[in-house]
Amino acid sequence: MCGFGGYFGAVRDGRELLERMTAAIAHRGPDERGLFTTKDAGLGHARLSIVGLGDGQQPMSDATGELTIAFNGEIFNYVELREQLRAKGHRFRTSSDTEVILHLYEEMGEDCLSVLNGDFAFALWDGRRRRMVLARDRMGVRPLFYTRQDGRFYFGSEVKALLQVPGVSAEIDPLALDQIFTLWAPIAPRTAFRDIFELEPAHLMIVQEGSVSTRPYWSLDYPDRDAPSRHTDERAAAEELRALLTEATRIRMRADVPVGSYLSGGLDSSITSALAAGMAPGGLRTFSVTFDSAEHDESAFQMEMARALGTQHSSVACGEGDIAAVFPDVIRFTERPILRTAPAPLFKLSGLVREAGLKVVLTGEGADEVFAGYDIFKEARVRRFCGRQPGSRIRPHLFRKLYPYLPGLRQQSAEYLASFFGAGGAALDDPLFSHRPRFDGTAATKLFFSGDLRATLSGYDAAEELVSRLPEAFSRWHPLHQAQYLEARFLLPGYILSSQGDRMAMAHGIEGRFPFLDHQLVEFAAGLPPEMKLKGLVEKHILREATKDLLPPSISRRAKQPYRAPDSHSFVGAGAADYVQAAMGEAQVAAGGLFNPKAVAKLHEKCSTRPASGFRDNAAFVGILSTQLWLQTFTGTSGRRSEAA
Amino acid sequence: MSETIRDSVKAFVVENFLFGDTSHELDGTASLIENGVIDSTGVLELVAFIEDRYGITVADADIVPANLDSLDRISAFIASKLAAPVTA
Repeated sequence: MCGFGGYFGAVRDGRELLERMTAAIAHRGPDERGLFTTKDAGLGHARLSIVGLGDGQQPMSDATGELTIAFNGEIFNYVELREQLRAKGHRFRTSSDTEVILHLYEEMGEDCLSVLNGDFAFALWDGRRRRMVLARDRMGVRPLFYTRQDGRFYFGSEVKALLQVPGVSAEIDPLALDQIFTLWAPIAPRTAFRDIFELEPAHLMIVQEGSVSTRPYWSLDYPDRDAPSRHTDERAAAEELRALLTEATRIRMRADVPVGSYLSGGLDSSITSALAAGMAPGGLRTFSVTFDSAEHDESAFQMEMARALGTQHSSVACGEGDIAAVFPDVIRFTERPILRTAPAPLFKLSGLVREAGLKVVLTGEGADEVFAGYDIFKEARVRRFCGRQPGSRIRPHLFRKLYPYLPGLRQQSAEYLASFFGAGGAALDDPLFSHRPRFDGTAATKLFFSGDLRATLSGYDAAEELVSRLPEAFSRWHPLHQAQYLEARFLLPGYILSSQGDRMAMAHGIEGRFPFLDHQLVEFAAGLPPEMKLKGLVEKHILREATKDLLPPSISRRAKQPYRAPDSHSFVGAGAADYVQAAMGEAQVAAGGLFNPKAVAKLHEKCSTRPASGFRDNAAFVGILSTQLWLQTFTGTSGRRSEAA
Repeated sequence: MSETIRDSVKAFVVENFLFGDTSHELDGTASLIENGVIDSTGVLELVAFIEDRYGITVADADIVPANLDSLDRISAFIASKLAAPVTA
């Protein structure tokens, strides 16, 4: 797990540039640094040593010196691939997974991607064909950004590396901002930075003289709604699931350093921890976040699970003021505005893992996308149920059951519940049916956009752009699969794996591994009948069945508790951080030019005096604050030192 | 009276939910929910405003979109409550 940067094209002082690019992302790879340059290409690498500790230095070249790779991530099936390659006569000089990619490329060219099981991003210089091959893993665990400047092509694991390139500067992309304030994340390849892009998950890019081509090498696919499923026996399906998940966990325990596990107290990380506990030779270490507020805290479940597994458990408290204390750093690492504070506790959690001396942790992330765990899937089902009897005064009460943790809903009438969720009035054939209330509710935050920004965005509709990116087969899928696709293809890589995942873990040089995102498990789950995943209003049914012997009943039967953290409340009150007042102040907001200063001042006052704010106000507050911090950090609008400087 | 109530309600909605943004088109019949002006927490804020400002009690059964989902409906609802005889 590491970070890299590089270029294609003749670059003056290329080594000095690569030094700067890798220094900017040194947090991703604090163990070693390496450079490779040739006449018209360069690669720089910052290494976090996990596999092949003594001989896995990068960039790594093959025996001929014609192929050189800079690689971030892990190939979990490298042991099996290496044996297959040896049987074909390949000779290996190192014990690393990196070298396996070089030999596979030599054997298969870019088709080698089809046999890799891993979380990766890499840049491979093919000197024979004078081309740079860039690739990213299927689900989007590892990041890869690129830009063009003065006719040359540059790339890096984080945007920070690209901001070291002379002439490349940080400027907010207004369309990306609109997407974030509607969909929670930019639609790749767009990023928050104008003219800086990311390679989409499961995509391959080939850069050579005069051309750049991009294509997917894998896609998330679901069966047609009416197609017969091969999974008719639930018990057999559960057994197959268990075998796949066990294998996905087993190969993710491969490392030359100890592997720990996050343990949130929920179903998913309890399952991964339980499986890993039986595979950790020296015993498993587990890590969690606790909250002061009872509304967010899950420590009782965490401790119960840690005791049940006999793990060595550590936790970090996220108390009042902690989120505000780390939030500027959080934005420096997310490199994009965010609407929730949820990444901040994860930033603290990866710091705890680092202090404990570990570099690798398993997480339960991905299970909600793959096995239909999110409330939004149930919500869509209830909305369709209500839509069949629009005047019903009984059916909308189901919404209250879905969100017992939202006080604003508990006291609402059936009529209001139906209105809030668009039940009855929504078009059932809307491709975004499942997510429309969320997108509409989030888009309400754009109320705070400045007149100039609104004029710039005039006529733009982020949700419509999302629709334009859906595959042709989408309309033939079951509604649950459509909703799962929207989560797994867009929000998962755009927010969960990025702002809450890779970026928070790598801020402290920690590699997260995701057994639920093993592509073979993902493909298996996509083929399961919808009712095996969401049974009535019970989420992740088949996963519970497949793993019930692993967990105490209190965990295996536990209803989904969404991971949340205190939002605007974290930034207001007597102990509010000074930077918040500065960033949200009228002068600062006016200087940024993106928001209406007077409206922001009123929002700040409202959240300060009435902390029980609703979703719209909380999301707007965090979104505006994070955007202001983004401007300060990357463009130096407030006079703070710019990352680009 | 109704005009005064309507002005007062509109001022509250603009100040509290639109944060003073008067550029927002807020037609008297426009749905506050469908236009993203108000969410589930906002409805409770609106009820608190009505009770505090007009000294009336809003029963749970009254908290429905038919009474509260547009400026006109809110104004009419308040006016009807004020006009109703107080019962023990």
